[in-house]
Amino acid sequence: MLKRTALFEEHQKLGGRLIDFGGWELPVQYSGVLNEHTACRTAAGIFDVSHMGEVHVEGPGAEAYLNYLVTNNVAKIEVGQAQYTAMCNGRGGIVDDLLIYKRSSGRFLVVVNASNTDKDFTWMKQVREQSRTRFGAFTLTNESARYTQIAVQGRKAQEILQPLSSVPLAPIKTYWFAEGSLLENVPAIIARTGYTGEDGFELYVPWEKGPDVWRAILDSGKPHGLKPCGLGARDTLRLEMKYALYGNELSDETNPIEAGLGWVTKFDKGDFVGRAAIEPIKQAGAKRQLVGIKLLDRGIPRHGYAVFGADGQERVGELTSGTMSPTLSIPIGIAYVDTKSAAPGTRITVDIRGNKLVGEVVPTPFYKRPY
Amino acid sequence: MAYPADRKYTKEHEWAMKQGKDIVIGVTDHAQSALGDVVYIELPSVGRVLKSHETFGVVESIKAVSDLFSPLAGKVTAANDTVKNDPALVNRAAHGDAWLIKLEPSNPAEYDALMDAKAYEGFVQSLK
Repeated sequence: MLKRTALFEEHQKLGGRLIDFGGWELPVQYSGVLNEHTACRTAAGIFDVSHMGEVHVEGPGAEAYLNYLVTNNVAKIEVGQAQYTAMCNGRGGIVDDLLIYKRSSGRFLVVVNASNTDKDFTWMKQVREQSRTRFGAFTLTNESARYTQIAVQGRKAQEILQPLSSVPLAPIKTYWFAEGSLLENVPAIIARTGYTGEDGFELYVPWEKGPDVWRAILDSGKPHGLKPCGLGARDTLRLEMKYALYGNELSDETNPIEAGLGWVTKFDKGDFVGRAAIEPIKQAGAKRQLVGIKLLDRGIPRHGYAVFGADGQERVGELTSGTMSPTLSIPIGIAYVDTKSAAPGTRITVDIRGNKLVGEVVPTPFYKRPY
Repeated sequence: MAYPADRKYTKEHEWAMKQGKDIVIGVTDHAQSALGDVVYIELPSVGRVLKSHETFGVVESIKAVSDLFSPLAGKVTAANDTVKNDPALVNRAAHGDAWLIKLEPSNPAEYDALMDAKAYEGFVQSLK
């Protein structure tokens, strides 16, 4: 039996095409991936992301614990601020990438990938048990079933949400959040975060209030061109930004340096899980790197396709994701390639059904918002 | 959706229609709808000889890669360049302008063995 979010019936009413996504029954599309992608890029899109996991870490020892658990420096964020980070195993492999929201001193909301929620929570408990003496007291609770999470992304997002919000949205800076209410009495965490490359918000509300909030946003957004967007558009939007997707770009076997997450891996903060494995990689340089590529020939690069050098002979890497970019109308992909082939401008070829199609390593993100 | 009765259909969601001595082949409306936004099409060169059920090309949507199977054996006499240059035409006119290839059949009897519109409609229903 697939798990359903509180918005399941809303998706049915909107004609969403429901699929099994990591054990969750969620819409891959409503009106069509291209249409939804374009709506988000030019106006706004609304996404049900309630499948994401939410973990509360609370208590005097919470900050020290999180700072040991993840790669980024949690001590740097202030109350009301969010932080993107990786969480690694002892070998430096990525257990998950996640967001940490600091709600007050010693109170954190940790948001993890849906399909990793159980694995992550087990790992978080294990790290606590193994290193209990390092930290003060704190509680760790998996609250995933208590939240409906809705993302409203696009240049019109603030205009659409403001009439529904008790707090002014304009002062909320990127990667900051406010706690207030929506529809007057629905408590909400309103965060200026997202996974699309557009301005926008991610909203955390009580599970059972999800449908009310969802419908109110759809109504408010209608005159602004807001469209419900499925997992298909979520994937193409993140791909145009080269945002990593766990399971594609990231896994327990990839390290943050090769995955391009060096910027959220801080060696000046003291010890953290995986540090001993990651620091030598940082010093020596990663053997392979995650890069953006575009194809010059006609064809679509996809997850798993092999990447070769310009001569088509030497294998230099593998695609982790790929699509026809809806915004740029060119075939784009993300690939791990040997460091010698990672510089923008490097000619490569991609093996698509036995044909070696010519492409090039390009600077990323592929898309930059024009406002 | 009523499927045109002027042609035959396959379980791989292709249609085949007689046109003079050639057979025109395309994908069905059900196929384009299931695929979603079609963004890339690969077709064989004219002159290629296909066996029945042989893969002759690929249709790709944003999310999916789908092989095309020849409903019958024959020689390719035409490939639709218009649809190669405008793959979304498949979403707009799967049963019309978005035909894919024309075949000169090597065994015309194979055509008669394909499903008629009514049988195909029943088949699509059975998938739901």
